[in-house]
Amino acid sequence: MTTDQNNMQVSLPQRSIRIENLFKEYVPGKPILKDISFEVQGKSSVAIIGASGTGKSTLIRCVNKLIPPTAGNVFISGENITKLQGSELREARRKIGMVFQEFNLVERLSVMENVLCGRLGYLTPWRAWLRKYPQTDIDQAYELLESMGLYDFARQRADSLSGGQRQRVGIARAVMQDPHVLLADEPTSSLDPKTSVEIMELLVALSEAHDIPLVINIHDVELAKRFTSRIVGLSNGGIVFDGPPSELTEEHLKTIYGGASWLQ
Amino acid sequence: MTGVVKVKHSSPFKANWWGRFGWVLAILYAIYAANFLDVSWTRFVAGLGNGADFLSEMIPPNFTRWQLLLGNLLETVQMAVIASVFGILCSLPIGLCAARNLLPNWVTWPFRTFIALCRSFHPVIIAILFVKAVGFGPLAGILTLVLASIGFIGKLFAEAIEEISMKPLEALRASGAPFSSVIVYGVLPQVLNRFIGFSSYQFDVNLRNSTMVGIVGAGGVGGTLFAAFQRFDYDFLAAILLSIIALVMMSEFMSVQIKKVFQ
Repeated sequence: MTTDQNNMQVSLPQRSIRIENLFKEYVPGKPILKDISFEVQGKSSVAIIGASGTGKSTLIRCVNKLIPPTAGNVFISGENITKLQGSELREARRKIGMVFQEFNLVERLSVMENVLCGRLGYLTPWRAWLRKYPQTDIDQAYELLESMGLYDFARQRADSLSGGQRQRVGIARAVMQDPHVLLADEPTSSLDPKTSVEIMELLVALSEAHDIPLVINIHDVELAKRFTSRIVGLSNGGIVFDGPPSELTEEHLKTIYGGASWLQ
Repeated sequence: MTGVVKVKHSSPFKANWWGRFGWVLAILYAIYAANFLDVSWTRFVAGLGNGADFLSEMIPPNFTRWQLLLGNLLETVQMAVIASVFGILCSLPIGLCAARNLLPNWVTWPFRTFIALCRSFHPVIIAILFVKAVGFGPLAGILTLVLASIGFIGKLFAEAIEEISMKPLEALRASGAPFSSVIVYGVLPQVLNRFIGFSSYQFDVNLRNSTMVGIVGAGGVGGTLFAAFQRFDYDFLAAILLSIIALVMMSEFMSVQIKKVFQ
C-alpha cells in the first residue's frame, strides 16, 4: 500500500478518470480482470474493445462500484471511489454518467421523467416522490431534449420511442447528472448502423462540449477507430493494446479477438 | 460430433415418466376417495330432487323486510371498504419488503413469514378467532378481511416485484439515486398497474367474504342469512341471495371502471 491509496483525495486535474491496478474475481483464484490501469482526462475519448466475455462490462461497472472490484483503485476527478460506501458512494456516483446497451429506461415513465431521473442523486427522496424538481433542472432537461430533437416527445412514454430515440433519452439522463466522466456500455449494439454512427457522434460531441472523458465499451472496431482518439484492447482480462487507432494493427486484433479468419 | 458416421439422434422431447406416474396416481386416488366417501350417482339424483323442492320454496323472494336487509348490506359494504383500504395500504410496504430481488434475506424472511401466516387459514377460521378476541360485530370481520387482504395482495405484489426488469434500477443506482427514489421511479411504475388489478380483485373478494364472516358472528349480512336458513325462511333467504348477487355485480362493474381510469 502506498500513501496514495490511503488518501481519498489525490491531486489530479478536474474531470478525469484513473483506474489503478484493478482486479476482479467472481470466483476466488479466477480473475476476470487482471491489473487494469489507464487514465483519461478532459475531452478525450477511449474505446475499450475485446471479445465477448473478456470483462468489458465488468470493468465499466467496477468504475462506479455497481460491481465492487476485488482490488485496485478508481479515481474520479481525484476522488477514490473504491473506498466509498453508502451515501458517500451515492454522491460520488452522481459524477459518473452511464449509458447502457439496452438503454435501461423506465419504460412506463414519460421521456421527461426519464431524463429527470438523472437528477435523482441530487434530490431528496421526498421531493423526488412529489416530482418537485428545481426549475433549473426542468429547463435543462427541455434544452437537452430540444438539442437532441426529442422536444415533442417529452410527454410520451419512453416505450413508444424507437431505439435510437431511446438511447438519446438515456444519454440525456446521463448528461443531467452533470457528470465528470461518461461511461457507455455497448451503446450502439442494439441499434442499426446509421443510428449507431449518430449515437457515437452525439457521445463524442457531448464529451467535447462538456470537457469530460468518455469511456466506451464497444465491439465494433471500425466505429471505435472512427470516433475515439484512443483504443484499449482487452484479452483474457488484461490490457493487450493501448494506443491511438492508427497503431492498431491486424496482429493486435488477432491477439484481442483470437484467430485471423474473420479479418478482411 | 463431426464424424462421418451416421448418428441416430434420440428424440428431442424427453418422456417425463415421473409426470405420467403422478397423473395416474392422482386419478386412481380420486376414484378411491369417491368410493370411500360414498359419492354415488343415486345420492346425486336424490339430491337434485331435494334441491328442486328447496328452490320452489324460495320463489317468490320476500322483500318485505327490506329495511333490515338494506341495513345489513350497507354494513357489509362498509366492512369491505374499510378492510380493503387498510389491507391494501398495509400490503404495499409489506409486499415491498418481501421482494427478494430488492432486499437481503434477513429483511424479506420475516415479511414472507407474516404473509404466509395471513394466508394459512381460511377467513372463517380467522373470523372465529377475532370474534373470540374482540367480540361479536363488524370489527372482528374487518380485522379478518384486513389480514386476508394482506395475505393475498402482499404475496402477489411481492411476486410482481420479483418479476420486474432490473435494468432501469441499475441505471438509477448508477446515477446515485437513494434507495427510496429507486423504488419510486424504478419499481413502482413497473408494478403499479398490476397492484391496482390485485387491489380491485381483492375488494371483490372482500365484499363476498364480508357476506360470509357474519355466519360466525363477525358482522355483515351473513348473520341474517344464516338465521333465515335456520328458520326455514326460504323466501327471505332468496331475497338476501339476490341482493348479494346484485351487490357483487355492481362492484364488478365499479372495478372495471376503476381499472379504465388507471390504464
